[in-house]
Amino acid sequence: MSENNEPRRSAAPDPDRNPDALPPETQPAPAPEAESGAPVKDAALVTSLDTAGGAMRPSAVPVSAQSGSLPGTDDSDSVLRKIFTGNGIVTILAVLLALILGGLLIASTDKVVAATSSYFFARPTDFLAAVWSAATSSYVALFQGSVFNPRGSGVGGQFAPLMETLTIATPLITAGLGVALAFRAGLFNIGAQGQIIMAGILAAWVGFALDLPVGLHLLLVLIAGVIGGAVWGGLVGVLKARTGAHEVIVTIMFNYIALYLVRYLLDTPAFQRPGETTPISPILDPSAVYPQIFGSQYRLHIGFLLAIAATIFVSWLLNRSTIGFEFRAVGANPKAALTAGINVPRATILVMTIAGGLAGLAGVAQVAGTEKVLTDGVAATYGFDAITVALLGRSTPWGTFAAGVLFGAFRAGAVQMQIQTGTPIDIVLVVQSLIVLFIAAPPLVRAIFGLNPRKKKAATAGKSQKAAATGGAA
Amino acid sequence: MKLELKGITKRFGSLVANDHIDVVVEPGQIHCLLGENGAGKSTLMNVLYGLYEPTEGQILVDGKPVTFRGPGDAMATGIGMVHQHFMLVPVFTVAENVALGAETTKAGGFLNLDDTRRKIQEISDRYGFDVDPDAMIEDLPVGVQQRVEIIKALVRDAKVLILDEPTAVLTPQDTDELLDIMRQLKSHGTSIVFISHKLREVKAVSDTITVIRRGKVVGTADPSASTTELASMMVGRAVNLTLDKAPANPQETTFQVKDLTVIAPSGQHVVDGISFDIARGEILAVAGVQGNGQTELTEAILGLQDRVHGSILLDGEELVGRSVKEVLNAGVGFVPEDRSVDGLIGTFSIAENLILDRYDQAPFAKGISMSPAKVLENAQTRIDEFDVRTPSGSLAAGTLSGGNQQKLVMARELSRPLRLFIASQPTRGVDVGSIEFLHKRIVAERDHGTPVMIISTELDEVIELADRIAVLYKGKLVGIVPAGTRRDVLGLMMAGLSPEDAHADTASKHAARQPGDVPAENPAEPQVSKQAPAAQPVQESSSGAVGDDHE
Repeated sequence: MSENNEPRRSAAPDPDRNPDALPPETQPAPAPEAESGAPVKDAALVTSLDTAGGAMRPSAVPVSAQSGSLPGTDDSDSVLRKIFTGNGIVTILAVLLALILGGLLIASTDKVVAATSSYFFARPTDFLAAVWSAATSSYVALFQGSVFNPRGSGVGGQFAPLMETLTIATPLITAGLGVALAFRAGLFNIGAQGQIIMAGILAAWVGFALDLPVGLHLLLVLIAGVIGGAVWGGLVGVLKARTGAHEVIVTIMFNYIALYLVRYLLDTPAFQRPGETTPISPILDPSAVYPQIFGSQYRLHIGFLLAIAATIFVSWLLNRSTIGFEFRAVGANPKAALTAGINVPRATILVMTIAGGLAGLAGVAQVAGTEKVLTDGVAATYGFDAITVALLGRSTPWGTFAAGVLFGAFRAGAVQMQIQTGTPIDIVLVVQSLIVLFIAAPPLVRAIFGLNPRKKKAATAGKSQKAAATGGAA
Repeated sequence: MKLELKGITKRFGSLVANDHIDVVVEPGQIHCLLGENGAGKSTLMNVLYGLYEPTEGQILVDGKPVTFRGPGDAMATGIGMVHQHFMLVPVFTVAENVALGAETTKAGGFLNLDDTRRKIQEISDRYGFDVDPDAMIEDLPVGVQQRVEIIKALVRDAKVLILDEPTAVLTPQDTDELLDIMRQLKSHGTSIVFISHKLREVKAVSDTITVIRRGKVVGTADPSASTTELASMMVGRAVNLTLDKAPANPQETTFQVKDLTVIAPSGQHVVDGISFDIARGEILAVAGVQGNGQTELTEAILGLQDRVHGSILLDGEELVGRSVKEVLNAGVGFVPEDRSVDGLIGTFSIAENLILDRYDQAPFAKGISMSPAKVLENAQTRIDEFDVRTPSGSLAAGTLSGGNQQKLVMARELSRPLRLFIASQPTRGVDVGSIEFLHKRIVAERDHGTPVMIISTELDEVIELADRIAVLYKGKLVGIVPAGTRRDVLGLMMAGLSPEDAHADTASKHAARQPGDVPAENPAEPQVSKQAPAAQPVQESSSGAVGDDHE
């Protein structure tokens, strides 16, 4: 009986029952994402995250004395919670494991490896050496493309990849913070994409349409963008708090609205660049763009400094402020929060507003920092990658920061990797997806690395595990 | 079937949950495992049921050693278990739940439930369970759900039935019925391992009592041992079971509820025109079977209910229509009935939980900036004052045992100046040692001049704490009676009889009995020896029988 071991390696039971955080009927909702402009990878991620809740727990749910809650609702929430706030070691091992598997994948596409495999039984060392060299050379190229390139011209050239990494990381970090913050308050914010777009629209318009003095102009661009994101996020909070609409559905729909709104606007005279037929806005005024930190040779702009500031802000907000205390309380146990006099609707609205504002910061970084124009691809896939980044960062501010930099490095290095070794860029996406996969399945990672999670936790072995065993054996 | 546990040791890392435990369950015996929460009773039973592998030790069935690799093996050997939290699928019928895991199919893969239905009917008839095989689990009351669990075990021919804290979720009536069922099962030859920390029940049904403390067997006792003796063995020190409480010294009335009605979303009047008042320095205990409006009453006072009519006055100020925060700030201390759901946040630290409703007030916060040092400092004081057993205030509250969690909630609510203190089920799921402490604190708050309202479904607790007793039935106030009212009268009132009728009814019953058989009136020393087990048919023990015989 395979379940026999289950209760023994169990995790603690879900301490906070939260029946309305993620009703099961809403779970299939993220699926339509695949039809949108968003890449399939992200849609798959979202779907897998959501259905994991249903798939990972047995159906035999203990009937507790008082609760009339639907079976599985609190479980799915707790699975999501575990994934988002899981063990740090597991996270690091998941990244390592994904890189190893990615290396094997790289090797499998390598010509030398294919050639040596034909005489594998004659000289297996050739094959193994080829595998090793294919994987390492790709990763070396990835490293060189993202952190330090010894062949670069001068110190400036050598560190150019790092600068590129940080540039790409900037929107990932701020949007990731938005997702992470909302999650800490128990809200699954899929809407960073839409919030980035709305911020981009407002920031870009202020940037190219208004003529203002240096300094003030950029400040207004920043404010407009943050407000755009904050309003777009805050509306979700209002809908959730006032009508009970589920934030996952609302944010997904808001993403569509934002995407089609920007496409429409870019077709109107107010936004379309004069004389252009493609949907692209005029270039932002020089007074409206972020100054570059290390001069014009790198793209890295002060948006990155703002991302650091945002990380510090969120860290303070969550851990040292009464507002963050409310957010965390509402996220961890809304009923107890309510009983303790915390205004849950207000916290919901506020956290979505701040989360939207953070994603808005990413939108500003895109139009005022990196792109300097508005297109319908302003958000690229940053809004969806932000979910992965928050997940990898375990919803902590600095974890999200680190995860953002890591994903920035993957993106920046992938190009160099393809140029140097011919390894397809898509490998990086596969590695990213593998990371998510492994983080979502901690027991798999533990089993592979032989970690024993039994200690202590087993002492409080969950009822649901017992249910699994009882149900299975009964 | 004779069941022996020999030298069972179970370690989780450095934690020793069971330390060389020896228990012998003779055939046809009710064997009680008595111990405080966290003593290791449940771990031991999970070992016996094949859910955990013992680190050391042996399980012997009829003298032969066996190893269980899972509950399936245990069941095959004839061991059945009823968990404290039921393992039933709410949207399945009784028959479907019973069949689950051992379903038989007809031709074409269709589920064959007829056999199961027949077996359920058979068992139900034999023991007078009165369970409909086609009823949906979610529609059944808790007591009946528990019987379904027992049927589940019996259908699989369990010779030894493990009941893990079976009465924790039951009303007094259901508890009485369960005790009867246990006696019947015993008379049919089923052995029962009964896990509990409730002395009254243990004394009422057990043949042998094994007391476990901190993972070790500290001794065996006879059911005739006094409750004080048992409690002392269990806790490891002398325990005073009767609360030394000075008579109340009521002062002016500061809390008044007038014509309070609470309407549920379904339109039902869950609290229906209730009026009462509480004076300073007085404890009003609200008795009643769970689900008769107690929860809604407290929630209405706290401002958690939306549709509230009537008036709630505290020191002349109207509380109806205020937000929870305003009510709390008006000086209302509130201990919710389910600490893990409403009372604390398991993932938050103990220190944070201790300021859960004061996080935004000085000295813990200045503006919106909080002071973690002050929060920890406060935690240390409260932990010492309320004897919360924890190595550190920065640990998650979820790591504490039930009793310590309750102390934590109580510490939070009692650590500020109060003008009204409400505690709902203040000692639910709490061990004897902690109950003593918590009750003392409640009385101390009363003597401090605070009006105190206790809501409890445990009659013992109501009798012990109350200066006056209000009884709720179906949202209505049946009556308010003085402390010292007999248990059987209170039991009848909990079933909806007016105080006068209840008095009259019990008086006539006593007259009908053989002379000299006075029902037990001293709550601390129930005269268990007087009851006639198994003599009473289960069907008859309707709500009216509470406190009548089994207490």
